[in-house]
Amino acid sequence: MTGRAGSSERRGVIRDGIGVGLATGVYGVSFGAIGVTSGLSVAQTCALSLLAFTGASQFALVGVLGSGGAPLAGTASALLLGSRNALYGLRLASTLQLSGVRRLLGAHLVIDESTAMAVSRIDPSLARAGFWSTGLAVFCCWNLATLAGALGGTAIGDPRDYGLDAAVGAAYLALLWPRLADRRAQLTAVLGVLVALAVVPLSTPGVPVLVAGSVALALGVRAPAGSTEPRSGP
Amino acid sequence: MIWAAVLGTAVGCYLLKLAGLSVPERVLDRPAVRRVADLIPVALLAALAAVQVVADGSRLVLDARLLGLAAGLVALLMRAPFLVVVGVAALAAALVRLV
Repeated sequence: MTGRAGSSERRGVIRDGIGVGLATGVYGVSFGAIGVTSGLSVAQTCALSLLAFTGASQFALVGVLGSGGAPLAGTASALLLGSRNALYGLRLASTLQLSGVRRLLGAHLVIDESTAMAVSRIDPSLARAGFWSTGLAVFCCWNLATLAGALGGTAIGDPRDYGLDAAVGAAYLALLWPRLADRRAQLTAVLGVLVALAVVPLSTPGVPVLVAGSVALALGVRAPAGSTEPRSGP
Repeated sequence: MIWAAVLGTAVGCYLLKLAGLSVPERVLDRPAVRRVADLIPVALLAALAAVQVVADGSRLVLDARLLGLAAGLVALLMRAPFLVVVGVAALAAALVRLV
């Protein structure tokens, strides 16, 4: 399956992926700085970015350790947050069609940004280009930035001064936009926002997004009204 | 002990990612599973955007981020390309903070 996307479209997808990588990678600086101030060594902080490579889980672990929590509790909350990547993988599997070594390597790049840049493309070859370009760009930027932050580089200042926190939110919105074509998707988005914001005061960062995922489950299991969907398989 | 937590998190997070990619295709061919899998990114992206611009730890805060997102929304309505939407949001939030 090679797809019929033109090479200019493909370049556009890759350029967008690199853009997301640069914007997201900047947050690696704050992760690096928070990691070492939470009591981790530079090596431990960098190992998390290299090996766990999923931002919310990493922040959760160093957050728990930094506030004096037990390492096991930190790992548990990190894995709870990391479980959404399993949902992402479920969504990506049929598009990426990975097997063998490529699946083992690709799995490491299954994160918020690479998934969003892949599932927003209908053409499978563009979806794959979006996944790999975004995943690799975020991986490189995130790890270099973590090292810089861990070595004490809060000198570039607060990413918020450059409006990068709003930029990340706008990136998520721009990725969501083309997926709001039908009523069910619109309802899912609105309920997702309401559920997530309702959960924010009751939980730790990362959990609200996970809980909002249950909206997709609740609305998705019901067949569309009046649908003549064929039953699949026995 | 910190190394154990770091490596446990790393191994666990990787296995979760790999597990999702390794689910047999026939499971995904069921209409209900496919609908849920299609709606998951909608719910998660909407929640990620909302939490990113309104949450501050466990509090809800209305600040420059929301104005940045609103500027990005205007750019989206004007059919601006992705990087322009992101850039406009950053610029708007940064300018609001300067004031």
